[in-house]
Amino acid sequence: MDAFLTLILSFAIPTAIIAAVFIGILRFVLPREVRTIFKRELKSYFTSPIAYVLFVVFLGISNAISFFFTGVLEGGEADLFLPYFQYLPWYLILIAPAVGMRLWSEEQRLGTMELMLTMPLAPWHAILGKYLAAAVVLFVMLVLSFPIVWTINFLGEPDNGVILAGFVATYFVALCFLAVTSVISAITRSQLVALLVSVAICLVLWLGGLPHISEMLMNLKGAWLVAWPVLALVNAVGVMPHFTELATGKLAARDITFFVTFVAFCLFATSVAIRLKRA
Amino acid sequence: MIEVENLHKHFGSKVAVDGVSFTVKKGEVLGFLGPNGAGKSTTMRMVTGYLPATKGRVRIGGADIEENEIEAKSKIGYLPEAAPLYSDMTVEAFLRFAAEMRRVPAAEIQAAVDRAIETTFLEPVRHQSVDTLSKGYRHRTCFAQSIIHDPEVLILDEPTDGLDPNQKHEIRQLIRRMGETKAILFSTHILEEVEAACTRAIIIDRGKVVADGSPEELKARATNAGTVVLRASGLAGSGIQSELEKLGSTASVEVLSSDEHGLHVRVTPARSKAEKLAGEISGLCKEKNLTIQELKVEEGRLDLLFREITKKDADK
Repeated sequence: MDAFLTLILSFAIPTAIIAAVFIGILRFVLPREVRTIFKRELKSYFTSPIAYVLFVVFLGISNAISFFFTGVLEGGEADLFLPYFQYLPWYLILIAPAVGMRLWSEEQRLGTMELMLTMPLAPWHAILGKYLAAAVVLFVMLVLSFPIVWTINFLGEPDNGVILAGFVATYFVALCFLAVTSVISAITRSQLVALLVSVAICLVLWLGGLPHISEMLMNLKGAWLVAWPVLALVNAVGVMPHFTELATGKLAARDITFFVTFVAFCLFATSVAIRLKRA
Repeated sequence: MIEVENLHKHFGSKVAVDGVSFTVKKGEVLGFLGPNGAGKSTTMRMVTGYLPATKGRVRIGGADIEENEIEAKSKIGYLPEAAPLYSDMTVEAFLRFAAEMRRVPAAEIQAAVDRAIETTFLEPVRHQSVDTLSKGYRHRTCFAQSIIHDPEVLILDEPTDGLDPNQKHEIRQLIRRMGETKAILFSTHILEEVEAACTRAIIIDRGKVVADGSPEELKARATNAGTVVLRASGLAGSGIQSELEKLGSTASVEVLSSDEHGLHVRVTPARSKAEKLAGEISGLCKEKNLTIQELKVEEGRLDLLFREITKKDADK
């Protein structure tokens, strides 16, 4: 009973607060157009099988791997970062683009982009409304992974604050990958192309943060210096260090600023891509 | 309501629209004619603000489509050529979505949806998924979307495409009726549609306006306008033909058939003498004691004019 109360206090309440703040912003701050597009988009995720399939795949893989391979239960430590959270972004490299691939490419394939863009709304209304709907799908997906938290709390006494930080960090990474997918799906009318290109970019973003890249940067010599700008860029947008810092419980404003800036930039890039597409 | 000034659109080095200007006032229905690839859809896409113009400007009810985008767009209802729809929605849900996007007040949405469904005969498929609709229903669903907010300006790209003859007739009636209170621009390649629904028509060819006027004015420009067809009996033979040729208003005489019972000829009038021709012919018939069975002044045919204008250019 005690464990149950802890769970409610450390997870259910923060989740409810985040949801309430989100609904509040949607209802009272954002224009009606954003809300209308958000509702339509979210509904279409759940009337098609796509959201359910992705949920099952994500929960299946993440739980199976942590239970059978990384030894959540054998570790003897009530910590989730090493056996669980550090792997989540790897699945998200595939899952987030799979959620986001339809955002704009579907619109182009159906031709509804022509309707959407001749309606009296600013392009950012549509971009934000669609992005938020996909973000909610990813949010629900993370909420549904609560059984692992419940198990850990049942078996021991973990630091639930750190676990919550793990989820927050994971969600930020998911939002970054989703934002990248939003840009790519605005460029192509094929969902498959959007998926593959986004996965590739997300992979680079994730791996770019590996310590090796920084080391390579330091050790560049001679002709290899040509590669400096590319490596420096990849290093700068590398998601991994920010994720690790945040997920291990060092809640840092710097990392959150990085994630928010990254998403904002990608949404802006989406609007540029759409404008270029029309011209 | 719609003012289009010197509109240009270049796609790379290809010129799709080359200096098109026209205006459509409230109460006018403007038919937009032209062969495929003439630039009709591109022009409409620029008028609705979907494509940015390379040069020129478009104003809707005084609001510039690029500088004052949202105000201009809120006055327009638009049916794109492909009649695109969100395939995962029902007809009613889609129209609700369109009504919300078009800023219909929340309390009036149901009424607006019902009205649009009724006007476009969608009642039988109201709760059906868009995915499962036939082409005609899809087209009408998209048409319903364009009138959901009762716009001042309607832009319809081939509104009767994919409909059966009865539905075509209904939609034309509808356009005509709505044209009394709105400014309507619609494109078509069905010429009878222009006569049935338009107060004015523009013919566009390779990006340029090549003819502009009321359907009557345009018909008068066709080469067959004012031709007189005569069917008479009594005096057989070719004598009458030379008499007809001697008439002051005649340019040429074409014998359609001629035997001992009668004569069937088409007489083309000389330039600007079309009105006198029929009178002169009937006078001649009286004089020669011919019994007139048919004497008809032909109206110009739009399809002839269309072919003449657009082919003439193609030969260049």
